[in-house]
Amino acid sequence: MTGTSSAVTEEVRGRASVRAVAARTAGPGRAAAWARRAPLMPALVFMVVVTQLPFVATLVISFMDWNALYPDRRGFTGLTNYADVFGDADLRASVLTTVWLTAGVVLVSLVLGLGLALLLDRRFRGRGLVRTLLIAPFLVVPVASALLWKHALYNPEYGLFNGALTWLWQLFGSERPPQPDWITSMPLGAVGASLVWQWTPFMMLILLAGLQSRSTEAVEAARVDGANAWQVFRFLTLPHLRRYLELAALLGSVYVVQNFDAVFTLTSGGLGTANLPYTIYESFYKAHDYGRASAAGVVVVAGTIVVATLALRLVSTLLKEESS
Amino acid sequence: MPRTDTDRARAPRRRAAVRLTALGACTALLATGCAGAGGGGGDVEGGGASVNVLMVNNPQMLDLQKLTASDFTKSTGIKVNFTVLPENDVRDKISQEFSSQAGTYDVASISNYEAPIYGKNGWLAPLDDTVAKDPDFDQADILPSMRESLTGADGKLYAEPFYGESSFLMYRKDVFEAKGLTMPDRPTWQQVAGLAAKADGAEPGMKGICLRGLPGWGEVMAPLTTVVNTFGGTWFSKDWQAQVNAPAFKEATKFYVDLVREHGEAGAPQAGFAECLGAFQQGKTAMWYDATSAAGILDSADSPVAGKVGYAPAPVVRTDNSGWLYTWAWGIQKASKHQDDAAKFVAWASGKGYEELVGKKLGWARVPAGKRTSTYANADYLKVAGPFAKATEEAIAGADPRDPGVQPRPTLGIQFVDIPEFPDLGTKVSQEIASAIAGRTSVDAALDKAQQLAEKVAAQYRNG
Repeated sequence: MTGTSSAVTEEVRGRASVRAVAARTAGPGRAAAWARRAPLMPALVFMVVVTQLPFVATLVISFMDWNALYPDRRGFTGLTNYADVFGDADLRASVLTTVWLTAGVVLVSLVLGLGLALLLDRRFRGRGLVRTLLIAPFLVVPVASALLWKHALYNPEYGLFNGALTWLWQLFGSERPPQPDWITSMPLGAVGASLVWQWTPFMMLILLAGLQSRSTEAVEAARVDGANAWQVFRFLTLPHLRRYLELAALLGSVYVVQNFDAVFTLTSGGLGTANLPYTIYESFYKAHDYGRASAAGVVVVAGTIVVATLALRLVSTLLKEESS
Repeated sequence: MPRTDTDRARAPRRRAAVRLTALGACTALLATGCAGAGGGGGDVEGGGASVNVLMVNNPQMLDLQKLTASDFTKSTGIKVNFTVLPENDVRDKISQEFSSQAGTYDVASISNYEAPIYGKNGWLAPLDDTVAKDPDFDQADILPSMRESLTGADGKLYAEPFYGESSFLMYRKDVFEAKGLTMPDRPTWQQVAGLAAKADGAEPGMKGICLRGLPGWGEVMAPLTTVVNTFGGTWFSKDWQAQVNAPAFKEATKFYVDLVREHGEAGAPQAGFAECLGAFQQGKTAMWYDATSAAGILDSADSPVAGKVGYAPAPVVRTDNSGWLYTWAWGIQKASKHQDDAAKFVAWASGKGYEELVGKKLGWARVPAGKRTSTYANADYLKVAGPFAKATEEAIAGADPRDPGVQPRPTLGIQFVDIPEFPDLGTKVSQEIASAIAGRTSVDAALDKAQQLAEKVAAQYRNG
């Protein structure tokens, strides 16, 4: 354990104590506090330069009329781009698509990851190998994984899924197996499935770490008291795993929201699968409209911050622990 | 245990780090590019002249990169610095570079979509005088439709083609023979639909025809727009009225969508050029309407359908021909400090001698063809490209970017409309079309929505 979650709480505790020190002792104490912070300053400055400056540039560009193919028209237009963004039906639709895709993928891979983690928590021969194999999908380059799903699995002509159906039907002597066109009949589900395959191992790893930090004594004691497996899981394991589940969901959401490869490769944003990153990519690359793309980017960042803050406040125990 | 687990949790961050590194590398590249420009025409290599070239990473360009030092630099003493990027990135970078006119790159690979637009923006140096001074280059040998598509509205020539393509109909001669079908010399779309119905199921798992359905202005929109042209439709009328839900456009789109749904490849909304190529090579489709450049792959030595493919002109309805026109060409930046050296490079890369060089050194199949009349009179080339050479040349020669339909147009372009807004408009419309092919919406509803988008673009042009 002592993973990312405790690092977060450590940081919070550190910050709180620095604040406490600073509050208790005005004057020379402040210098002491700064002395403690000083070693962190280069890292902070670096962070600001590489993350915040580009964002400021984006913010400035979002108020400009800047289309690469109309060099003479470049100038400030005020809020026109934002009006375009909020008036753009495609963008509004892509917000919903993003929400569905992220929520769906994170929830399904959490459940699957939990199941796999529980299975891997037991001792059995070949456990190391099984774990390595289960982690493999997470190590595949996203765009390669998307290509694999598009061609090797979903393709209605030579894909594995329809091949498997053909083989199954042949076992029963049928010559006409159903050959569904997977991506066309359920585009968002198809994109989601490929992402679930990629992110389940990630969830599994975090939850497995959580399971292995469980105290075995408590479980033993519960068993002695006559608790059955379900009760042990429900009243001991699940509460212990809560923090890990939250962390996995949080990190997973952050990455899946940004997903671009699967949508780009599988459907090229067609059939209602264009999510926010893809829509912004299109206004940047296809329309060469840097102003509108920047405005969309700013709106997305603002929206994400609001949603993330609310979500963390509401459900997360990650940041509450040390607040007393 | 614990340690590996946190490591895994950080893997995505490592990915981000890789991305950052890549970004850093790009920036470094940019920096060297700037250094190459020397800020004021200073040469990088003491004494030798140099030219900076920004180009797309297609195989023909990579061949060029390999052959430059040993041939061009050796004979002229001009060093060439190449920057090579994938298509989307290269378009973006070229428009940034050329709009700023910093003179960082002297030459860039642009298509016939960009050439007139960039010319109008004053980003490209006109080549008319350069060409006139160089009889060896033989401008008259360049196919007329190619010259036309790289000429601006002001009548000036803005780029020289490196290789070009049109579209035609490819079909399996052996399958047609087995089913007793004949391909007419100049098929109409209705005849092709009939043939597709008969060829459907000719072999187990074989469909009648492969037509692109993948969203994108350069994917489904390209073949569909050629069908629209020949059905008598157009995106815009001469006076900038959007015509996307007009009867002819609708009829053409309905025809295309129905044909794909009834006798087209499975998974059509995800099938682009690459997927159709695979389907045709694997015997999953009897016909395929697409780029002439596919023929070289279908008839190459290691292709499973080599020798079995017949070629017919692009099907028509109301026009004489309906093939599209596309070319990668060389444009010289107006602000370039090395105009003469850049012109020498372009003359070499687009010249007859370079085709000979590729033929001798790398094989005739890899010649950047589709731009010169003389290529199609070259016995060595015809040995390799015999089955499709004539059909390709006729398709390119027959394409007329100024008048591809039955009515006058406000601008150039066959499978696209030559305005900066088209990639965005075409891509958005293509997503509606893909939905119609998937059966998630009707053609009428898709085109009504598309009309609104097109009308927004047209209004800008009417008002100024």
